Amino acid sequence: MKYAYYPGCSLTESAREFDVSTRLVMERLGCELVEIPDWTCCGASAAEPVSKLMNYALPARNLAIVEQEMADEGITEVLAPCSACYLNLLKVNREVIGDRRLHGRVNEVLAASGLHYRGEVRVRHLLDVLKNEVGAKIVEQTITDGLRGMKIAPYYGCQILRPYPVFDEPGRPVSMEPFIEAMGGEVHHWDMANRCCGASLMMGHPEVAIRSVADILSDAAGADAIVTVCPLCQMNLEAYQAKARKAGGRGVPVLYLTQLMGLAMGLSEQDVQLAANLTMTPAVRRGIAARAWAGPAPAEDEEPAGLNG
Amino acid sequence: MNGAVRETWSPAPEADQMVLKELRETVGACMQCGTCTASCPNWHAMDITPRAMWRMIQFGMLDEILASKTFWMCSACYMCTLRCPRGLKLTSAMAALKRLAGIEGSRGARRNLAFYAAFMDDVEVHGRVQETSMMQRYFLKARDPMLPLSYVPLGLRMLGKGKVHMPGRGRGGVLRPLFAKAREMEGLS
Ligand code: SF4
Ligand code: SF4
Repeated sequence: MKYAYYPGCSLTESAREFDVSTRLVMERLGCELVEIPDWTCCGASAAEPVSKLMNYALPARNLAIVEQEMADEGITEVLAPCSACYLNLLKVNREVIGDRRLHGRVNEVLAASGLHYRGEVRVRHLLDVLKNEVGAKIVEQTITDGLRGMKIAPYYGCQILRPYPVFDEPGRPVSMEPFIEAMGGEVHHWDMANRCCGASLMMGHPEVAIRSVADILSDAAGADAIVTVCPLCQMNLEAYQAKARKAGGRGVPVLYLTQLMGLAMGLSEQDVQLAANLTMTPAVRRGIAARAWAGPAPAEDEEPAGLNG
Repeated sequence: MNGAVRETWSPAPEADQMVLKELRETVGACMQCGTCTASCPNWHAMDITPRAMWRMIQFGMLDEILASKTFWMCSACYMCTLRCPRGLKLTSAMAALKRLAGIEGSRGARRNLAFYAAFMDDVEVHGRVQETSMMQRYFLKARDPMLPLSYVPLGLRMLGKGKVHMPGRGRGGVLRPLFAKAREMEGLS
């Protein structure tokens, strides 16, 4: 299967390890990812508070490029690994297409750069493709270094299944569980799997977002690691663990699902850029190498108390 | 209206009425059941509950609405939108309230919009967000001398992990025509 790949800005900046591991793992699983030529930012959750029209036009531009330039190669589906990118792209199909007035206005904006979107590109999240196109059985066949009962807490966050629950149950998501089990890991069942990490509230009102992060981290107690499929969740859960500990949370290593899959498939730590994760201290990495995880992220990685961090 | 927001999105006088009309349409069918409030992870930081906010919109209590910090505390998690028995697009309503506050230049709007505005400016200039230049824009717009300092520890850790990159050109100004057109159409020129 061939997909138009939309990495999104984070995966070309601070979340490169998610990009690298996604490409490697998907290639092993027989999915061909063709990066959308000249793709641009989807607006994340910053566009809507500034301009309603740009909130739709920014993602629509990328879909229009796929529709106009990639259909010849037989590519009609977009794969987005980032939850915010995924929702923004999906919103165009759900909210713009079918609303004649809004569709016309969005195309009027796109026309300013010679583009037009009819609505014929399907939007898929990485996890949707893993679940419904690849399947855990295929993943199981690629596993060489099983996780030996490592306890993994799957974290889904918000925008991946809300407000559009396309491929899983938003109240109690389970789509990552078969993959964790296929890798030989054990699922940590918890209540916070779909709780919001605070998202961009971490920038303007960190004291509010930290409270959510602390709740999530304390509910992960007993797990060897949390896995995510969103760069913003990853950043919020990883970068503020020292602050969260003061608010009652605990330190837990946080990885991308694709990094863990890559490791279980026998890729090296360098291949999946494990060292790039903020919670990957030498002790945690030794634990992973031995497939028996060390405890929580040790204090050596703690940032000095900042005002905001 | 404040300077930082005007740089990019400076509204025509009718823009606020358009947003208010849209808001009333969005929450008009609210039956005040309170499910949205009960679902919100950030309710503890809000001064007016989401449920009460929709009532105030129905009544057009603009001054009270703009004085509230409720909508600034929305992290766009879509839990309320998912659960509302009336199927109302409540997360969009929270975003529309942020836009309205920006247009009206209400107290705290510049500071609260600083991050979103910095993000969008960076997208307009580079086509893709360049995190380092976006943060610089954010610090400038927030006009808070302590803010950059508070990011030093995290910045250093990210630097150590190779997560900080020199701002590149991204895709350059490829999105400028789109931004210009949208501003013209939204009466924000
Ligand atoms: S979308 Fe906003 S208002 Fe709704 S539940 Fe989430 S944070 Fe609360
Ligand atoms: S959940 Fe929906 S109907 Fe109930 S109070 Fe909130 S907006 Fe109104």
